[in-house]
Amino acid sequence: MSDTPAIPRYVNEEPWDPHSVEVLTPEQERFYLASQWRLMWWKFRRHKLAVFSGILLLATFFSILISEILAPYNLHSRHVDFLYAPPQALHLFHEGEFIGPFVYGFDYRLDMNNLQRVYTSNPEKVQPIRFFCSGDPYEFWGVIPMDFHLICPARDGEMFLLGTDRLGRDMLSRILYGARISLTVGLIGIAISFFLGIVLGGLSGYYGGWVDSIVQRLIEIIRSFPELPLWMALSAALPVTWSPILVYFGITIILGLFDWTGLARAVRSKLLSLREEDFATAAVLMGAKPKRVIFRHLLPSFTSHLIASATLSIPSMILGETALSFLGLGLRPPITSWGVLLNEAQNINVVALYPWLMLPVVPVIVVVLAFNFLGDGLRDAADPYK
Amino acid sequence: MISYIVQRILIMVPTLIGISLITFIIIQLPPGDFLSTMIAECEAQGESSCVEQVEIYKAEFGLDKPMWQQYVVWVTDLMQGDMGLSFEYNKPVNEIIGESLLLTIIVSGVTILFTWAVAFPIGVYSATHQYSWGDHGLTLVGFLGLATPNFLLALLLLFLANVWFGTSIGGLMDPQYVDQPWTWDKVVSVFEHLWIPVIVIGTSGTAGLIRRLRANLLDELQKQYVVTARAKGLSPGKALLKYPLRMALNPFIADIGNLLPQVISGAVIVSVVLSLPTTGPILLRALQTQDMYLAGSFLMCLALLTVIGVLISDLLLAVLDPRIRLAGGAAK
Repeated sequence: MSDTPAIPRYVNEEPWDPHSVEVLTPEQERFYLASQWRLMWWKFRRHKLAVFSGILLLATFFSILISEILAPYNLHSRHVDFLYAPPQALHLFHEGEFIGPFVYGFDYRLDMNNLQRVYTSNPEKVQPIRFFCSGDPYEFWGVIPMDFHLICPARDGEMFLLGTDRLGRDMLSRILYGARISLTVGLIGIAISFFLGIVLGGLSGYYGGWVDSIVQRLIEIIRSFPELPLWMALSAALPVTWSPILVYFGITIILGLFDWTGLARAVRSKLLSLREEDFATAAVLMGAKPKRVIFRHLLPSFTSHLIASATLSIPSMILGETALSFLGLGLRPPITSWGVLLNEAQNINVVALYPWLMLPVVPVIVVVLAFNFLGDGLRDAADPYK
Repeated sequence: MISYIVQRILIMVPTLIGISLITFIIIQLPPGDFLSTMIAECEAQGESSCVEQVEIYKAEFGLDKPMWQQYVVWVTDLMQGDMGLSFEYNKPVNEIIGESLLLTIIVSGVTILFTWAVAFPIGVYSATHQYSWGDHGLTLVGFLGLATPNFLLALLLLFLANVWFGTSIGGLMDPQYVDQPWTWDKVVSVFEHLWIPVIVIGTSGTAGLIRRLRANLLDELQKQYVVTARAKGLSPGKALLKYPLRMALNPFIADIGNLLPQVISGAVIVSVVLSLPTTGPILLRALQTQDMYLAGSFLMCLALLTVIGVLISDLLLAVLDPRIRLAGGAAK
């Protein structure tokens, strides 16, 4: 036995730290200590498209605060000499010489054969665009009289980068102003639907029983209606005597009134699973009232999900408003939204002759896409522990 | 199974009552109504016989009775298949709705089939090639379809078909078949015209379906039985098709409930632009003239269509997926 050579035993001289295995690198520590919202932010940041969409949407929403400054013309400025003028191209060089951004002025003639207005750009008329200039006077937010614009046409010149409409109004300016209405319709609508969804979904999920049955039946009834015809019927029922602003609020309420069902279902199913959790039971045992349990304990654990699904349902409202206004049942002209603008492009002749009247659809598509991507990213990030 | 069907149909009753109530409220909502407009017009023209005509209408539909009685009259008539009278056309609503509703059903049905046909291969490809360029590209296309307003797409296609083929693609059949009885030629003509509205309406629903199929299939593909199947040496194709795909197919059926209202909504606006003889233009016209019985009946029919569609999808789902318990509880 003793002839086997003793294996030299290795003894580590360093003091032994029983927690050594669990020591975290600073990075890991940061990760484990981070709050839920910080984790979400990290996860969200990885979704590049969503981040980009978010920035784009922020910029768009910021733009509606300063539409007056961004737009070269006012919402209703008419240029009677330039009805249905096509978009002007933006140039930088004139005959090989750098001038800066400018447009060529129009020569106008009436084609007597098919009674069509013909605009040809005249290379003689070089009209450099002015920046940070004074142009059409306006009242900023309807209060402060100003005439400051980010870009203006040359003095005594014209600049219709996106063409003009039937009354010679600049499309670019109108699209910028239209964003105000089109974007806020979705926001107000979603606020209504958010409120209804949380309250009704919360009640039905927390109480269960007959409350639940009634709310579920209600949801089923509302979901059985095809959205658009229902919206059409309701907005057709808005009194003609209402002022455009009232109609605007009426439409947003109609849009929000039938959109909460999806949100309510999400709230309900989350509540159903969460109210069985220990922390909920603990809160109830400590004597918390239902309102407190729902809003203080249960709701915060899925707010992120709610925000994500709300983001995903804004686009349908924007599209809904566009469709209603396109049909002439939604907003009415003095109020300008993208749908109202598209209402001009209703028949095939317009599409054939003045295709630039369909341009307001571009921001609609961009905004709807951006909301979808943003919502997608938010939904992925909503559950950061996964 | 039969008890499930009966139960499922019984559940529909309160839903239908609710729907009819909402519809009736909407009918009553506008401040003016068609009859008072009619009287005003008559008086402007200095005629007297119209007032009598209005009185007849009032008596027939109980328009001078209290609200709830009007509702009862309306619902009872509805259940006997009498949807009231269109004041504008001066014809029974049934006559006006009849064919257009059938065409709406055809358009919606074909659209759903089209949506499936497009979404299915794309969804499978996206799931099996997750995060590839193909996945991103196809998803983007789907999203574009979702984001583009239907009516605009319809307008564009209308325009392009005019430029490229020199034909008018508006309408749902060649002009000579309009108001003709159904013959084989008419059916063929309808199908020749059908593809434009079907594509236009279908694009908006495809994206959602693709994403749901993709998500479901991805979930299934990560499950252990797929790993087992692979480990056993099953070919990748078979390991995909045999089980995971079958599971991921459920959303196709279950989604009818989501898809159908969307498709019908899309059909309404697209048919206005393309002037299809479906419900859209008539509904719009009825709403504009406040011909509320006609509008209400349309709304009711469309909702009914959805409810029946959802019922069918629920039944199909119960047949296809044995995991769905019919009666609930521990029944075997």
